[in-house]
This record gives sequence, structure tokens and C-alpha cells, in this order.
Amino acid sequence: MNETLELFVALPEIFLVLAALLLLMVGVFQKGNGAGNGYGLVSTLAIIALVVSGGLLCQDWPTTKQVVFSGMFILDGFSAFGKLMLLVASAFAIAMSNSWMRQEGLGRFEYPVLILLATVGMMMMVSANDFLALYMGLELQSLSLYVLAAYHRDSGRASEAGLKYYVLGSLASGLLLYGISLIYGFAGSTSFTTLAQVFSGHTAPHMGFIVGLVFVIAGLAFKISAVPFHMWAPDVYEGAPTPVTAFFSVAPKIAAMLLLTRVLMGPFGELVAQWQQVIVLISILSMFVGAFAALVQTNIKRLMAYSSIGHAGFILVGLAAGTAEGMQGVLIYMAIYLAMNMGTFAVILCMRQQGRMVESIHDLAGLSKTHPMMALTMVVMMFSMAGIPPMAGFWGKFYVFKAAVDAGLMTLAILGVLTSVVSAFYYLRIIKIMYFDEAVESFDRSWGMALVSVMVLATVLILFFTLLPGPLLTSAQAAVALF
Amino acid sequence: MTDWPLLSLTTFLPLLGALFILAIRGDAQTVARNARNVALLTSLATFIVSLLLLGQFNNASADFQLLEKATWFPGTGIDYAMGIDGISLWFVLLSTFLTPICILSSVGAVETRVKEYMIAFLVLETMMVGMFCALDMVLFYVFFEGVLIPMFIIIGVWGGPRRVYAAFKFFLYTLLGSVLMLVAMLYMYHQAGTTFIPTLMATMFKPEIQIWLWLALFASFAVKVPMWPVHTWLPDAHVEAPTAGSVILAGVLLKMGAYGFLRFSIPMLPLASETFTPLIFTLSIVALIYTSLVALVQKDMKKLIAYSSVAHMGYVTMGIFSMTTQGVEGAIFQMLSHGIVASALFLCVGVLYDREHSREIAHYGGLAPKMPVFATIFMLFTLASVGLPGTSGFVGEFLVMMGVFKANSWVGLLSATGLVLGAIYMLYLYRQVVFGSSNPNLKAIPDVSLREVIIFAPLVIAVLWMGIYPATVLDPLHSSVAKLIGNYEAAKALAVAVAP
Repeated sequence: MNETLELFVALPEIFLVLAALLLLMVGVFQKGNGAGNGYGLVSTLAIIALVVSGGLLCQDWPTTKQVVFSGMFILDGFSAFGKLMLLVASAFAIAMSNSWMRQEGLGRFEYPVLILLATVGMMMMVSANDFLALYMGLELQSLSLYVLAAYHRDSGRASEAGLKYYVLGSLASGLLLYGISLIYGFAGSTSFTTLAQVFSGHTAPHMGFIVGLVFVIAGLAFKISAVPFHMWAPDVYEGAPTPVTAFFSVAPKIAAMLLLTRVLMGPFGELVAQWQQVIVLISILSMFVGAFAALVQTNIKRLMAYSSIGHAGFILVGLAAGTAEGMQGVLIYMAIYLAMNMGTFAVILCMRQQGRMVESIHDLAGLSKTHPMMALTMVVMMFSMAGIPPMAGFWGKFYVFKAAVDAGLMTLAILGVLTSVVSAFYYLRIIKIMYFDEAVESFDRSWGMALVSVMVLATVLILFFTLLPGPLLTSAQAAVALF
Repeated sequence: MTDWPLLSLTTFLPLLGALFILAIRGDAQTVARNARNVALLTSLATFIVSLLLLGQFNNASADFQLLEKATWFPGTGIDYAMGIDGISLWFVLLSTFLTPICILSSVGAVETRVKEYMIAFLVLETMMVGMFCALDMVLFYVFFEGVLIPMFIIIGVWGGPRRVYAAFKFFLYTLLGSVLMLVAMLYMYHQAGTTFIPTLMATMFKPEIQIWLWLALFASFAVKVPMWPVHTWLPDAHVEAPTAGSVILAGVLLKMGAYGFLRFSIPMLPLASETFTPLIFTLSIVALIYTSLVALVQKDMKKLIAYSSVAHMGYVTMGIFSMTTQGVEGAIFQMLSHGIVASALFLCVGVLYDREHSREIAHYGGLAPKMPVFATIFMLFTLASVGLPGTSGFVGEFLVMMGVFKANSWVGLLSATGLVLGAIYMLYLYRQVVFGSSNPNLKAIPDVSLREVIIFAPLVIAVLWMGIYPATVLDPLHSSVAKLIGNYEAAKALAVAVAP
């Protein structure tokens, strides 16, 4: 394939990078003009850029596996599916931030630009076909996220969150690099394609590979906030500005989860028996910590952090199966998780009383009376997260547990469903506060159209997924078929 | 008319009504009135549609009828499939029969958030009917679990003082059982490659696997029935739920567990069912005697009836696992009878509660001269609950006893003591409330109103009809029950033949 054609394979990413740089200029010059600070304009343009990038992706939706840039970059059904989810997540994150950022006086043009850059990094991650490309994408993403976490620079909490995230994130990157260097040392290559050839037919690889692989898993487990590498998540989720938390809880998770799947199922696909136990353990621990630690949380952002740790555990159940079906479960769960989290955070972003934001779950008291439609959204999201049919969340769990049962991981499946009962308790508690408790004070009616649209969209998707599950199911199947 | 998807129509008509109510706007009073009317009309229309099922149903056939199938999850063996046989037919009718009664009984009793209340009830009806019609295991599970959502809201929002505790207990207890069933279902799906119930019934699972699958299903159904010792959520839920919630809970929700045994445990896992029959018998007898004794010492009327429900459901599980024609038919009949009688008793308590806001037995007394009509109605249902010949209660209990005696005479003997105990606590309740010395505060208590008579009339007719001419109910059951037992015996014989 000649060089020009190769560029087209990465067109969505290239476009997004150029757009981010251009928007940076736009922002700077807007500011100079004194016409506001250009936040509104830049964020609108950023959303348009994400949509265009998505359009470019859909237009050239891969029908075959395309490996380009000397084997560094891969575009297949799996990565395209992931990229589409990332673009949607980022676009929604920017759209949802608008009113909140303005009210908190944080409306600066750097915010959408940073999100765009993080998105590019994440898209590189899901398309990585080499450990070096993987690391490049991961760092572009991480560095943007560190800044975003500390974006509210006058707030002690946010700075603390950013610093914590940075220190622990660097540690994780170090672990990852160490693992990569071990694997490189023993295999002589960092390319996934070559590694897959090295391992094919070997059921008992050299010990060095195993150690390297464990380090790589540890580094990536940090990024999806799986136990025991989850310590940062509650603090960062709580400290970061709420729209950033909304972004954190979805996009980086999708990217890291797909990346982990890519690494384990791709080059290390033959070594399922070696890594399966590690993933099973991480998965069980995540589900347990996610379920039990969230029981005592009263800060909704912290609660969502533990909830997302639990969900990471559930998604890992699909990966632990080590089958195509498991990967399909991962994709379906991810897509549903995206909708659930966006819907939930849209409600959380509306939680403002007398001009300031509130974060305690008790501030939701009586929401069903003061804002019935918002309460309805939240109820749908909570039942969905708890995995109660007919909400979509049930189907996410259904598919990952189905994969686990098919792969003979009975114990994992049973422990998983039992923890889902425990976690149902705290989701129900939120419903109880909204529906059974008396209203204290209603929220300010200051949210914009964007939040309302996200709420409506998420509710409709979650509520009616059961009626028409075909499209998501078949596209996930197709994505995995072209892995 | 035959090519109409009657089952889907019955299932989703209430949901349509709920969506319609959601759109009602205006001042609080108008909204409440309109919501009530729409809900009542929708549920009545649903009942009429469900009556058409009776006309379409062929009593002679043992197969699933009125089949509907559509692609749901393409290419995975999970499809939208509906159909009924003699066993499910009556439960569908029971659900559609009780819902309008519940809605009508809520007038006056529920004055806050009427709109949401009506939506919850209609959604609940969709879930119940759908569950009894589902011919796909996953579809069944969706409806089975979906029931929890509206019921949780009904208990939690419109319930009594300890409603939050009761709602959580109800939800988590049931969910814990259900998720284990989910794992079992996933395994069965994995083995059979489909979740279509008739195919699964024809699949023979390995005996050692059957044991585990059966236990997982048992965890779910036993909680729903509820069987001793996992019945403790029921008294709490009943006491705290609003009257209509109790009615639906006792009338339909308790039948879901027993229906699960009939639809899944016995036909799909016959060998394990045989292995565990002694367990079921033991638990049923304990439930029968223990909960009857507990009922004797209750001070709260609703609690007493709740415990009596556990005892009556003991007959049902016993009858089902006797695996005789009389036993199984009796169990189904007993479920229908209990569905109507227990509902009526809860409505009777509701009548008193609406007037006096007390459920204490000690609060009442000497009602007979002041409320003669009420006393008569209450008496009829008390006697039906005790099992007086001529009422529906007798037929069910008699058939179950007959079947159980055939299977195991000791169990039959012990279960007969339950009849005596049942008579003691129900007659005690009736005497304390209706006769005896009168509480001076009760001077001006009015008798039942016309609306309440309208509510009770269909229940009275049903109880008497079922007691005097049970063949109406039993006829559609025969072939389906014969097939169930035939398959069970065949599987047993096959296992014996294969065994070394």
C-alpha cells in the first residue's frame, strides 16, 4: 500500500489532531479580541469536529483488517466500534459541560481542546498494533487527563485530584513500560503481529513473558480502575470538576478496556490459560470492592467512582472468558455503560441549589416531586446499573455472564451475580431517596437544553433497548468477527 | 379474529394505557381523575381481551397454543415467543381479573400521586401477564424480574410506616434468588443453544447437572412462593403495602414461584425434581404447621392473612410435587382459589382500614349489627379460606390432599392438621372482628358502599362458581397436566432403564 493511502486509514485521527490545533488558535485569538473567552465557540466547533471525525470513520467503515504505518496501526471492526463509542462519549461530555462550566466560572477554551487531544490519544490506543504505538496513545491520553483533572486550578480538591492522578498514573505507566521492556527483551519485537507468531503453538512460554504480561496487565488495570489498582479513582472522581468526572468515567475506560482486550486477545490470545486467572482475580476483586465500598458512600461522585469500579469488574468477566463471545460481551456492555453513565451524569450536573453545586445523595430527596422527569431518568439509570430487566444494563450483564458460563467459569459467574445483588442495594437507595423521602429543596432550573437532550436520549436508549436489541448486537458481532 | 396476536395484545395493552396516562396534564385533581379512569378502562379492556383467549383456547390439546414468534436477538436462539397452555391460561386470566379490582379499590384509599400509582399498576399488569405468556426463558426472566420494579415503587411510595424497610427486603430477597436462576438459565442456554421453552423441555440434562440447576431455580422460586424458611419478606411486604398492593402480591405474585416449578423445574429437570421431592414435602409441611401457629398469635389482621398465605402456598408446593393428576390439578386450582380468596380478604381488611385506619384485631369487635353486608361478605371469604365445601377453597384443598395421600400417606396425614389449624385462626379472626364485644369508638362505622359491593361482587361470584362447578376451571387443565405428568414419568423410566 502506498504512503498516501495509508494516511487515509488514520483520517479520523488526523482530522481530529488538526482540528484540535486549529481550535487552540481560534481560542487564543478569540481571547485577544476580548469577545468573551471563546469557550462557547470553541466547544461548539469541537463537537462539530468530533461529529465530522465520526462521519469520516463511518464513511470508511473497515470491511477488512488494515494494518498500516509499518504494522504500528490497525483499523479493524473492533477498533472502529471502539472509536465510534469514544467519539460519542467525548462529544456528549463537551456538550454536557457547557452550562456547568459557565456557572462555575470555568468556561475556558482549553477544556474542549484538551478533550479533543485526549480523544485522539484514546483512538490511537484502540488502534494500536504495537507496544510503542500503544504507549504513545496512552500517554497522549493520560497527559491530557491529568490536566483536565486539575482543570479547576483554584480549587484545592481539584489540584489534589490532578496531582494524585498524575503521580499514580506515572507509576502505572512505569509498570507498563517495564512489562513492555521485558516482553521486548524476550521476544525481540514489540509488534503485536510478530508476538502473535512467536506465541502461536506455544502453550508454555518462557517465564519472562508471563512476568512482563502481568506488569502490562497491572499498568492497564490502573487505567480502567480495576482493583487493586483503583485507589486513585474515588479521590479523582470526587475532586475533579463534575463534567470532567463524567468524561473520566466513560471515555478513558472504554479506551483502556478495549486496549486490554486487544493485547490479551491479540498477541497473547494463545496464552489464555496463563492470563485468565489474573483477570478472573482482578474481576472478582473489582466487583466486590465496587459493591461493598459503595454501600457507605454519600457523595454521589464518589459513589459513581465505586460504581464504575464495579462495572469494570463486570466487564472484565467478559474478557476473562477469553472467547470471541466474551469480547462481544465487552463491547455490548461498554456501549450500554456509555449510555447509562451519560444519563446519570446529566442528572448529577443538574444538582445545583441556590447557585452552587451540591454532591450529597441526600440532596436528591424528593426529586420525584420537584422534578419528576429528572427523577424518572435517574430511576431508569439506577435500575439499569443494578442490572434489572427490562433496562439495558441487564443485557450487558447477561452477555458477559453468558460468555463466562460458556467458558466454564461458573464460580466467577455466580460470584458476579451475587455482588450485583449487593450493588443493587445502593442503586435502590438513590431511588428510595428520590421517591420515598420528602423533598427538602428543589434544584435551580438553570440547566441547558444539552443536558435535557442527553437525559432524554439516554433514557430512551436504556428503556427501549430491550425492544430492539438487534442493531447493537449485530454490530458488536461484526466488530468482533473482524478482530 | 384468530390471526390477532391476542397474547401480545393482552400483555402490552396495559403498557399502552400507562404511556397514555404519562401524557395527562392539568391540575392535580383532573389528572388524578383522568388517570384513574384511563387505568380502569385499560384494565377492563385488557380483561375483555383476555376473555377472548378462553374462546380461542382448545381444551383437548396439551400443546402450547396461540403461538407467537418474532425475531428478538437475531441469530442467538433468543426470540420473542409467546404461547399458553392449560396451566398458564388461568393465571393470565387471574392477573387481568384482579387488576381492575385493585384499581377500583384504590379510589379513596390512594390520594397522593395517583398518576404514578396507576402507571405502576398498569406496568405491573404487563409484567405479570407477559411472564405467564412467555415461551422463551429469557423473555420469562425479563418479565419475572421486571415485576420487581413497579412493586418496589408501590410498596415504597404508598406503603405504611415501615415501607422503606419492607420494599428493600422484598426487592433484595427476590433479586438474590433470581440471579442464581439467571446463572442456571445461562447454563441451560449454553447446553441447548436456544431459550425456547418447548425445546428446553425436550432437552435431557445430565442427572448430576440437573441437581445444581434445580437448586438454582429453587432459590428463585422458593423465595417467590414463598416457602419456609425464606418467607420472612412476605409478612413485612404485605403489612406495609397499600391494600391493592397486597391484593396483587397475594393474588398473582405468589403464584409466580409455583408457576416456575410447573414450567421449569419439573418438565426440564425431572430427575432432580424427583430427588428433591422429600425436601419440598418437608418444607411444605413445616410451612403449613409452623406458619399456621404463627398466624394464631398475630395481632395485625394483614399479618395474619399473610401468614395464612404462606400456609396455603404450602399446599400448593406439596400438591405440585406429589406428581399425581389430582395433586397437580388441585395445586393449580388452589392457587387460583387462593388468588381470589386472599385478595378478597385483603380487600376486607382494606375496607375496615379505610374507615378506622387500624389493622389491629383488638380494635374491632361487634361489627355484625353495624355492618351486616360486610359481615356476610367477610364470612364467605373466611369460610372459603378455611375450605368449606361449596366454596373454591374446598375443591383445591381436597384435590391436593387426595394427590398427596396417593404419593405419601404420612405427608398427607400431617398436612391434614394444617386444615384444622387454618380453621382455628381464621374463625378466631372472624369472631374477634365481627362478633364479640364492641369497641365504643366504632358506633358510627358505615357499611360497605356501592363501589365496594361492585368490587366484591365478581370475587364472590368467582369463589362460589369455582366451588360449585369446578369443571369450568379444571377442564382446560386436564390435557396439559396429563402431559406434564406423562413426560415426568417417562423421564424417570428412561433414567431407570439407562442406569446400570
